[in-house]
Amino acid sequence: MLDSKIPQGDIDKKWTEYKGHVKLVNPANKRKLEVIVVGTGLAGASAAATLGELGYRVKTFCFQDSPRRAHSIAAQGGINAAKNYQNDGDSVYRLFYDTVKGGDYRSREANVHRLAEVSANIIDQCVAQGVPFAREYGGYLDNRSFGGVQVKRTFYAAGQTGQQLLLGAYSALERQVALGNVKQYTRHEMLEVVIIDGKARGIITRDLVSGKLERFFGHAVVLATGGYGNVFYLSTNAMGSNVTAAWKAHKKGAFFANPCYTQIHPTCIPVSGDHQSKLTLMSESLRNDGRIWVPKKKDETRKPNDIPEEERDYYLERRYPSFGNLVPRDVASRAAKERCDAGYGVGTTKQAVYLDFRYNLINKYGRTEASKHNIENPDEATLVRLGKEVVKEQYGNLFDMYQKITGENPYEVPMRIYPAVHYTMGGLWVDYELMTSVKGLYALGECNFSDHGANRLGASALMQGLADGYFVIPYTIGNYLADEISVKPIPTSAPEFEAAEKEVSGRINKLMSIKGSKSVESFHKRLGKIMWEKCGMARNAQGLQEAIQEIKALREEFWNDVRIPGEINEYNPELDKAGRVADFMELGELLCLDALTRNESCGGHFREEYQTEEGEANRDDQSFQHVAAWELKNVGDWTLHKEALVYENIKIAARSYK
Amino acid sequence: MEHYNMNLTLKVWRQKNTKEKGHFETYNVKGISSEMSFLEMFDVLNEDLVHENKEPIAFDHDCREGICGMCSMYINGRPHGPWNATTTCQLHMRAFKDGETITVEPWRAQAFPVIKDLVVDRSAFDRIIQAGGYISVNTGVTVDANATPISKVNADKAFSTAACIGCGACVAACKNSSAMLFTSAKISQLALLPQGEPERHKRALDMVHQMDEEGFGSCTNTGACEAVCPKEITLESIARMNREFLSASVVSED
Repeated sequence: MLDSKIPQGDIDKKWTEYKGHVKLVNPANKRKLEVIVVGTGLAGASAAATLGELGYRVKTFCFQDSPRRAHSIAAQGGINAAKNYQNDGDSVYRLFYDTVKGGDYRSREANVHRLAEVSANIIDQCVAQGVPFAREYGGYLDNRSFGGVQVKRTFYAAGQTGQQLLLGAYSALERQVALGNVKQYTRHEMLEVVIIDGKARGIITRDLVSGKLERFFGHAVVLATGGYGNVFYLSTNAMGSNVTAAWKAHKKGAFFANPCYTQIHPTCIPVSGDHQSKLTLMSESLRNDGRIWVPKKKDETRKPNDIPEEERDYYLERRYPSFGNLVPRDVASRAAKERCDAGYGVGTTKQAVYLDFRYNLINKYGRTEASKHNIENPDEATLVRLGKEVVKEQYGNLFDMYQKITGENPYEVPMRIYPAVHYTMGGLWVDYELMTSVKGLYALGECNFSDHGANRLGASALMQGLADGYFVIPYTIGNYLADEISVKPIPTSAPEFEAAEKEVSGRINKLMSIKGSKSVESFHKRLGKIMWEKCGMARNAQGLQEAIQEIKALREEFWNDVRIPGEINEYNPELDKAGRVADFMELGELLCLDALTRNESCGGHFREEYQTEEGEANRDDQSFQHVAAWELKNVGDWTLHKEALVYENIKIAARSYK
Repeated sequence: MEHYNMNLTLKVWRQKNTKEKGHFETYNVKGISSEMSFLEMFDVLNEDLVHENKEPIAFDHDCREGICGMCSMYINGRPHGPWNATTTCQLHMRAFKDGETITVEPWRAQAFPVIKDLVVDRSAFDRIIQAGGYISVNTGVTVDANATPISKVNADKAFSTAACIGCGACVAACKNSSAMLFTSAKISQLALLPQGEPERHKRALDMVHQMDEEGFGSCTNTGACEAVCPKEITLESIARMNREFLSASVVSED
C-alpha cells in the first residue's frame, strides 16, 4: 500500500538515474500548468522561484505580511554541505552516514543520500545569489562544526544563517513575481485542500485582512508549511507557526508519519515565568566553544564564577568523551534533564544548566590573539579582552540577544540554558518524489517526514528545505505534471470547490457562534502543558494514555466554551488563532497515540520503559524499524500503515557517541 | 537579575480599519513583571480585554526573537521603543518603571497604510525588492562556491547591510517617511559582492524609482533612521546607494 517509489540501483546512482529517465514537460506546456505553493519559507520560496523560472504558472500563499517573515529566517547556526573545503575527510557518503546515524536509523536511506548529493549545489546556488556567508581572510568560505559530526561542514553567516538563506530565496521569488511568473498572496491562510477525482486541484484560503474566503485552482498543490512544534505552546517556533495546512491535507487523505519524533533542543533560554509566550534558542554552534556544566554539589548557592574548576561537572565531556559538548541534540537534552531531575540544576527554577565560554575565550581565542599580537605572558584580563573580540565576531548577535532577554552579560557569566521544543522530524508522509498519499499533493521541508529519522542533526534543516525546493521538486513534479498537460484549468465554480468552501465557512461560523468564556490562548496553554509534561522529553505508557484522555476532554471544552471576539469579515487574529489551536488539539492526540504505539526509544522519542542501564535510548529494530504512517478515518480514529526501512548501505548499530 | 512588578498606563492607538479614523484609548495593566517582553505585556492586556468581552488590540508579531521584522510598534515616540538596536519583541519590561505611562502607535507613513490598530501594510517593501533587489540567476548554476574569492572585509560589510529585517522602523522614524535606509541596505549588499556587479546600475535606478513610486519621502540626512535601526545599519549604506545611483545615472543610456 505504501509505495515509497525508491528507484532501483545503487544508492549513489539512484538520483542520477531518476533524473535521467523522469518524464519532462516541454516549455510550451509548462506555461499551461498552474502550481500552488503554500508557505514561503526556505522550502516554499525556493520551490516557487525555481518552478517559476522553469515556466510553470505559480501562486504562492503565506499568512505573514511578506514571504521574508517565514520562520526559516530565525535559523541561526548554519547549513551543512559535503564540500570538504576543510580537507578533513568529508564526503557525500559521510554526510549521508552522519544523517542516518544521527536520525537513529529511522530515516529513508535513498532520500538522505539524495540530500547529501545536492547539498554542495545549495552552497553554490546561494553564493551566486549574493548570500554573504562567513569568509576567511583568503576570501574563501569558512566552516564550523555542529553536533553529531566530526568534520567541519557547516557554512554560516554569523548567527543569522537562516535569515541570509531565506532572503536569498525570497529575492529569487520576488524576481519571479516581477517577471509575472509567480503571483504572490500574503496575509492569506490555507484552510482546505480541494480534491477532484482523487487529485489535489486547489485550495480554499481566507484573506486575513478582509476575512473573505477565496478559491484557487492548481494542477498540483505543494505544501511547505513548516513544523508543528507549537502544539507544545512553548517552543522556539514563531507565534504564527502552525500545523493547519498540513492537518487539512491529513484530513483529506494525506498520511501523517512519525508525529512522535519531536526535537527538543538542548540550548534555549529557560522559562522565566507564566507570562512566557515563546522560547528563544541559543544556537548549537555555541557548543563549538561553550562548555556545558553543573555544580558537583546539590543545591549549590555560589555564583558560577566562584565555583572552582574541580567542583564542576562537565557532564557531557564526562559521559561522551569522543563527542563531548558536540553530541547530538536529543542526547544533550536528555543529559541536561537527567542532571536537573537529580537536583543539580542551577538558577532560580533549578531547571537550567550552564553554557560557559570562559575556557575557550581565554585558552583558545585569547591565547591565539595574544600570540598574533606578540604579547608575552598575557594576564587573564588581557586574554579575556582579546578572546572577546573573536567570540563577538562569531556569535555576537546571539550574545546580545541573550543579554536583552535575561539582563545578564554572557561574556562575563555563563549562560543559563535548558532544553525546549524546537523542530519536528515527523510530518506528512511523502514518497521519493515528495508526493503525499494524495495524488498531486506534495510536501516539502519541515512539513514532510522524510530525511531526519527520529532526530535531526544541527544545520540540516536549512539544507533539507533548500534541497527540496531548489533541487528535488523541480524534477519530481514534472513527472506528475507531464500527464496533466491536457487538463484544462478547472473553474472554481466546480461543485468540489463549492463543497470545500462550505466546509470552511461552516467551521468558522461554528467557532464564532460558541461565544464561551475562555480565551483561545488559555486553551493553547493548557494543551501545551499536557503535551510537555506527558509527551515531552521523556514519555511513558501511562502518561500518554492519560494525555490522550485529557486532550479529548480539552477539545470538547474548547468547542463548547471558547470565546472569540470580533467579526468574521475583518482582520481578526483571535479567529485565526482559534482555527490553528483547534487543529493542534487534534494533532496532539495523534502525537501521543504514535508515541504510545512506538514501544522503543529512538532519537527524540524517549520512552522511559525502554532505556539501558546507563539511561541511553533502547531501540527495538526487530519491531520498529519502520515509518509509522497514520491514516485518519475520523478524529480519534486512525489506521496505522507501516513503511519498512531497509538499510543496504549502512550497517545499523547501537548509536554511540562515547 | 533583580526583578520587580509594575502597574502601567497604556495609551494605545485603536483604528478599526484603513478607512475609519483612529483614536487613542487608555488602558491600565497591573502586575507586569520586569522579565516580560513588551509584547508579552500586550498579551496580558489582550487576555484582559477578551475576558471583558472587548476586542483585543491587533499588532503584528511572529518570531519574537528579533529577526522576522514583523513587530512594529512606535513606543513613546520612538520606533521599537527606548533600547538601541532592539526590536519591539526583544524590548523587555525592565526598560520601564512602576507607574509609567506608555504611548503606543503604529508606524506612520503614507506608504504604510494602517490595516487595523497597530498593524500596517508594508507590501511596498516587497515591491521595492521586486524592482531589482536580487541577482538574476536561475537555480542550477554550476560555478563552485569557492571559485570567486571575496575579501573578508567586503563579505563582512555585505553581511552587515544584508542583516536588514525589513521592519520599516527607518521609515517610521524619518520625518519625511523616507525608505532610503531600507533600499540602500539591499543595494549596498549586492554592490559589495562581485556577483552583484553585472546588474548594479540597473538595480540602483530601478529600486530608487520604485521607492519614489510608492510614496516614500526624500532623504535629508538627518540620521533618525540609523539611530533606531534594530540591526544598526548605518548611513554609510545610503552614501553608497547615492554613489551607485549617481554613477548609474551618468552611464545610463536612457
